[in-house]
Amino acid sequence: MSTSMNRRRVLRGMMGGAAVTVGIPFLDCFLNSNGTALASGAELPVAFGTWVQGLGFNPGFWEPKVIGANYDNNVQFKQLDPFKKKVNIYSGMKVFLDSRPAAPHTTGFQVCSMGDIPTQAGSPPSIDSLVADTIGTRTRFRSLEVSCDGSPASWSRRSATAVNAAEPSPVALYKRVFGPEFKDPNNATFEPDPQDMARRSVLSYVSEQRAELNAGLGASDKARLDEYFTALRGLEQQLDLQLQKPAPMAACTVPGAVEEAKVGADVGDAQINGKLHAQLLAHALACGQTRVVNVSFSGSGGGSLIRIPGSSQNFHQWTHEEGIDPKLGYQPNCTWLMDQCLTGFVNMLAALENVKEGDHTLLDRMLIYYFTDNGYARLHTLDNMPLMTAGLANGRIKGGHHVSAIGDSVTRVGLTCMQALGVPISKWGTYSNDTSKTITEVMA
Amino acid sequence: MRFPLALIGAAAAFTAATSVVAADTQTVGMRRISPDQYRQIITDVFGADVKIGGRFEPDRRESGLLALGSAKVSVTQTGLEQYDAMARSVAADVLKTKGLVPCEPAAENAPDDVCAAKFFSSVGRLLYRRPITDGELKAQVGAANAGAVKLKNFYSGMELSLAAMLASPQFLYRREVAAADQAHPGDYRLDAFSKASKLSFLLWNSAPDMQLLASAESGELNTPKGFTKQLDRMLASPRLEEGVRAFFSDMFAFDDFSMLAKDAKIYPQFSLEVNKDAAEETLRTVVDLLVARRGDYRDIFTTKRTFLTPVLASVYAVPLPRTDLVNGEPDAWVPFEYPADDPRAGILMHISFVALHSHAGRSSPTIRGKALREIMLCQKVPDPPGNVNFTVVQDTSNPMYKTARERVTAHATEAMCTGCHKLTDPMGLALENMDGAGGFRLQENGKTIDTTGVMDGAKFNNGAELGKVVHDSPAATRCIVNRVASYALGKSMASGAADYLKTLEQNFAKDGYRIPDLLRTIALSDEFSRVTLTKTAALSDSTAK
Repeated sequence: MSTSMNRRRVLRGMMGGAAVTVGIPFLDCFLNSNGTALASGAELPVAFGTWVQGLGFNPGFWEPKVIGANYDNNVQFKQLDPFKKKVNIYSGMKVFLDSRPAAPHTTGFQVCSMGDIPTQAGSPPSIDSLVADTIGTRTRFRSLEVSCDGSPASWSRRSATAVNAAEPSPVALYKRVFGPEFKDPNNATFEPDPQDMARRSVLSYVSEQRAELNAGLGASDKARLDEYFTALRGLEQQLDLQLQKPAPMAACTVPGAVEEAKVGADVGDAQINGKLHAQLLAHALACGQTRVVNVSFSGSGGGSLIRIPGSSQNFHQWTHEEGIDPKLGYQPNCTWLMDQCLTGFVNMLAALENVKEGDHTLLDRMLIYYFTDNGYARLHTLDNMPLMTAGLANGRIKGGHHVSAIGDSVTRVGLTCMQALGVPISKWGTYSNDTSKTITEVMA
Repeated sequence: MRFPLALIGAAAAFTAATSVVAADTQTVGMRRISPDQYRQIITDVFGADVKIGGRFEPDRRESGLLALGSAKVSVTQTGLEQYDAMARSVAADVLKTKGLVPCEPAAENAPDDVCAAKFFSSVGRLLYRRPITDGELKAQVGAANAGAVKLKNFYSGMELSLAAMLASPQFLYRREVAAADQAHPGDYRLDAFSKASKLSFLLWNSAPDMQLLASAESGELNTPKGFTKQLDRMLASPRLEEGVRAFFSDMFAFDDFSMLAKDAKIYPQFSLEVNKDAAEETLRTVVDLLVARRGDYRDIFTTKRTFLTPVLASVYAVPLPRTDLVNGEPDAWVPFEYPADDPRAGILMHISFVALHSHAGRSSPTIRGKALREIMLCQKVPDPPGNVNFTVVQDTSNPMYKTARERVTAHATEAMCTGCHKLTDPMGLALENMDGAGGFRLQENGKTIDTTGVMDGAKFNNGAELGKVVHDSPAATRCIVNRVASYALGKSMASGAADYLKTLEQNFAKDGYRIPDLLRTIALSDEFSRVTLTKTAALSDSTAK
């Protein structure tokens, strides 16, 4: 383990103030002879992520011309070329309203993330919560949520009343994951912290009061108290894990502290913070701290707040206020901002791809679900929604496909992700968005 | 520190209750305390020196108020992590502060259940806003004991146990409990401790103090005389300012300041300090007028008085008089009164309104008009439809349309847009002398700004006159009554409340539109403590009407 310690010392400080990509070789001794599983025989853990961007792309400029395998990226997706074999693009899918009113920049996100258009009174759990219930129960964090545009808003939720707030600051994310409570899984020695032991036993006194507190509660208040105790159970599990020697994670390295980050909606800040978040999340995944991450580059509050410094309007305003350049055939500033968002996604994929695990990478055992709010933001359309998955989910997903499913509900992609990740679910969505049809073309 | 624990510790041991909810009662609401309430309670109970840092779970706005959303929000694991971290930090500070634990342990390296019980019975009463139950006290003492054994230190055990208390649902949620109302079969009436909390959070934005809790415990609060006595004591307290401030901060949606950013190139003077001070200016103005001066609510739209800091004065471009040094430091806040001939007056021309309801790089008559309708008049303006051509509004360099009025007018001639823009734009255009950051201007692109307009039949020539029109608008007084009642009662005012609201409006007018009087009227009304449950809801639900 001294090697790991030395490597960590070298890395310490590399991320301070600037985004860097750090590739670490996965030690062979941790793998079986094929490099596909841990030496113990256990499969490398699969992981999941969502990546959210408001305001989508320009119809006709992002969909590959070829349907099926070996597609060529269309002009707006050229940035994705290095990852083509691990990215699937889904076109033609729509959000069904079933006569319900559409909130222009909310409904699309809701159906993509929850399969439903929830009312104020209730909301189903988001896809990441369902996945976390399956793959995220034995990690320190059931999921980690971040945003790059300064907003704490998030589409990740357990219910309408339990929304997982996004962390806009990479500094705060660093402290939360790699602060004093972080236990390096590759440390040779392990000593349980007496403080953690004491906290664990004290928390049990709170949880023991559950029955008494439940007395006399109505259904909705009881549900909210249940959510509290679910959260408390999560906190207890965190401490339980802190008290055990973590399994070695050879690709785990501790990033240098992120000392400063300007949180805000300026696109430059969003890009820097997006890169830092991507790096930190990659480290967190590689170190086994979580198996579910949710990134909102922009758009968690609906639309998109990101903006070009010096411009009197933000991305959302541009989509409605900018004319289409007759020569180009699209809105130039909007398109530039869309490209910036995609750069953020590419940076995320690069951060995961650069964590080497034997012959594979962290991206190989991940599945990232990309979704947005509109098919064409200028007109608030909800058809031909740009959707993607990236990563191979430990070989459970085939990459490099363009799937055209014109007129099908977007929920097919979410259902496919969940089934690939082992969520015991056979159908997903409500009304016309209810589907039991996975996308078999991409299922391995 | 208003309730030094030394005093609490010296008080006689408090009686513990047997259970959270008595057998003949129902829980009718569970409200998560707000970040401000959390901070205020910690300060009240442990003193202002205790530091509170960290991020709170986001609130949820319902029917125009976060206070109503508090009955719908839960706690996520991420949120609980944050509450837990804050709780540990507060507990560490408390245990470090001499005198806050009212007794010495028999030995510092071992548990002392007697001392722990003394501490938690008194602190628990303040934090849980009711007597701590036998089970709860046993749990806290047990936790302190377990912690002390594991860490071989009495104070470390106490610290962990206090942290657990501060992250517990009993502290984070305000539970409203009601008993069957014998006089109105089928209805329920809040129990004395729930009533005490409701009153205290309304008037002081904090937990009940010792006197109020004692009044609840003795039963005095359940008598009209006892209730009125406590109500009047609280209304007369300087702490009323906190309650009024919390209400207006909620109603004016000042939580949106956390996400407000202006383009640094276009508005270089809009610094972080301006962002921080903008809401405070309005809150100081409102509290001074409505509480300190017991003024007419409607005057907030016309008053020439305000409070400024140097950074705000620089945005408004007004000279700020030098102030006396307070404790060697210049007092950043200075009372200021615009001269009679200055075109500015009322809170609608504050940065907190014109900048909060603008774009990052320019003003927006439509957003300002919409905010005025929705926040100050409680009227809903429909969202814009899709597929709208906004190009003309955006192009500030188009020589044909030099001012926002010309651009908005050109845009609003589209048939599908006209209806809603008529509701919003005239009022927003009246505020066009204030740019997107709150700076004053007479011209845009070299052309004099026209600020004339009509709202609901009343004409105005500029922003100050718009303030006068809002001042005289029955919708504005109807709106504030509705909002205060919703906030105080913790529920949206449904159509069935029309008669109640009408009576409140009449009394409000009769009393000279004074907010403290309106609060008193509502607190004394039957509705304040009576709870009717919906038929479909299970008993003891937050769906209480």
